[in-house]
Amino acid sequence: MEFQIPDLALKNKFYPHSTRIMHFKNKILPQHYEKDFNAKIYTQKTPDNDSDTARHLDRHLPDHAHDPGDTISAMIGTQYQLTEAQAESLRAYYGLDKPLVTQYFNWIGNALQGNFGYSVRTGQPVMREIISRFPLTMEITILSIILGTLIGVAIGVLAAIYRGSFFDAIIRIFAMIGLATPSFWLGTMIIYVLSVHFKIMLNAGNYVSFSADPIGNLKQVISPVICMAFSFSASVMRTTRSSLLEEINKEYAQTARSKGNKERRVIFGHTLRNALIPVITLVGYQVGYLFGGVVIIEQVFALPGLGRLLLNGISQRDYALVQGSIVFIASIFVLVNLITDIAYGFADPRIRYD
Amino acid sequence: MTEITANISELNRKAQRKRNFQYSLFGRLLRNPGGIIGGTIILIFVIIGLFSDQLMPFDPIKNYPKERLQSPSLQHPAGTDEMGRDVYSRLMKGASNSMAIAFTSVAFAGIVGTILGAIAGYTGGAFDNLIMRLMDLIFSFPTMLLALAIATALGTGFLNTVIAISIVYLPIFSRTARSTVLQIREFEYVDAARCIGAKDARILFRHILPNALAPLIVQVSLGFSWAILTESSLSYLGLGTQPPNPSWGSMLSQARVMMELAPWLVIGPGLTIMLAVLGFNLLGDAVRDLMDPRLRSKGL
Repeated sequence: MEFQIPDLALKNKFYPHSTRIMHFKNKILPQHYEKDFNAKIYTQKTPDNDSDTARHLDRHLPDHAHDPGDTISAMIGTQYQLTEAQAESLRAYYGLDKPLVTQYFNWIGNALQGNFGYSVRTGQPVMREIISRFPLTMEITILSIILGTLIGVAIGVLAAIYRGSFFDAIIRIFAMIGLATPSFWLGTMIIYVLSVHFKIMLNAGNYVSFSADPIGNLKQVISPVICMAFSFSASVMRTTRSSLLEEINKEYAQTARSKGNKERRVIFGHTLRNALIPVITLVGYQVGYLFGGVVIIEQVFALPGLGRLLLNGISQRDYALVQGSIVFIASIFVLVNLITDIAYGFADPRIRYD
Repeated sequence: MTEITANISELNRKAQRKRNFQYSLFGRLLRNPGGIIGGTIILIFVIIGLFSDQLMPFDPIKNYPKERLQSPSLQHPAGTDEMGRDVYSRLMKGASNSMAIAFTSVAFAGIVGTILGAIAGYTGGAFDNLIMRLMDLIFSFPTMLLALAIATALGTGFLNTVIAISIVYLPIFSRTARSTVLQIREFEYVDAARCIGAKDARILFRHILPNALAPLIVQVSLGFSWAILTESSLSYLGLGTQPPNPSWGSMLSQARVMMELAPWLVIGPGLTIMLAVLGFNLLGDAVRDLMDPRLRSKGL
């Protein structure tokens, strides 16, 4: 099993990964190991399972293992058992020894052409990984926006109509609690209550996509959506309530009332539309917050979305993957903010962009 | 006769002092129910955080293998975890950790952000452009994601978590400071100060900034709850405080595996985060209502 690979091609940073692995196994490793490579893997000692695990590991790791480090330093002390010299030669091979600025501009030049590089762990192009994970994240975000907005606006309008009543007080207390609940804790509690007390395992088994099995997909997605929508609806409710209260005391609402309109018509026919403009702002700018929240929620429910991709990339120090996902999410975020600004124009004709 | 007038003026002075207190910020805060509740919660958390070493009934890090996974009892009010550590003590230590990170990061973001924003707003021109575009750059990331990215790049640990949280919060302070400074620098007393020969630094820091503090204090009080949530989220994902040091977020993520066996391990830290965030939210809303009537939320 000897592959002959021209050296020039290997200098290329974005040479397909499978070839790199082959090169690594056939060329680089035999240079460094006298013994059989596999023997090295299986004779690795595992630390005793005592309380001092962390300290125990410390003694065996080189100093820079506590830095974030690169992929190569993540390999040190794991299955590969590389020495410093071997790590250095690998760094040179992957171009990691070049100055950071050079590495950065290499990356940005390729990123601008839609090439985010290759994931070091899976060997897939980063862009392909992102595209395959994106629909789930988008689905959760959109569903929680819809659910949160519907619930938030409905409850907010009710709270504004029955302002000062017991119902209003209860709603406001719930909103305060909703804002203070960390979504990852709510998710954990939902799993706990459903699985332990009601014996419902919504998120057991593998993830199925919406196109393959709509019902099964919705079953898996519903609990994360509720988690995200909970605190989101609380902030929507607060904004709806306060802006509606402001609107129904304005002069045009009084005029509508003095013409004999019923209160219901004053609210739903006249004031609600104006009161929803701040809500649109809020929803637009909360999309980014939700995107950040989905990262954590996917971890809680073990859903293979963009967030889990990102977090796995972080823990494996797969920086091409991490950079790619973050740039991708930030682009989506900016795009959504732009859409929000345009949506204002439709909601409020007074706003014009020249 | 003189004695009586002296007494009366003494009484007047006392009444005046009482009235002064009632109309002062602190006095008004005490009459705001949200402020009272939030302030009390935060005060308790701060005291626990400051004196956690004295208040903890057990060692939060040392293992007691014989006592593991005990349900809440009088001895262990919040139960014990899989290594026999008292969850109540760990929550206290976690409070000290969370409070320290929240206060340091908000202070750091507040000071740096205010100074940058104030100088940008006062000088204008290229510096203003540079700073504000930089802030736009930070603002174009989802907040949680940016904190995650910075924490990844810097690594874990107290200082790195603080830096991650404060960088994300920087634009809010610098934008607030800049917009207020832009308004105030047009006032006549600023011109007057310049006429008598005050230097720019003196005008900015002695005359403008003290008058621009109100909206900044509002942002500070609203920032704490966000900082606590972010810290616990980062720790939950394993990027904030590292074990064996207790942190609310990491306690939650470790307890998930044993949820069925020991639900108190999940409920305790979660409720604690919720209570702390709730306290800071209530206090923040109260401070906002008092300091900045324009931003006042109707009700709530």
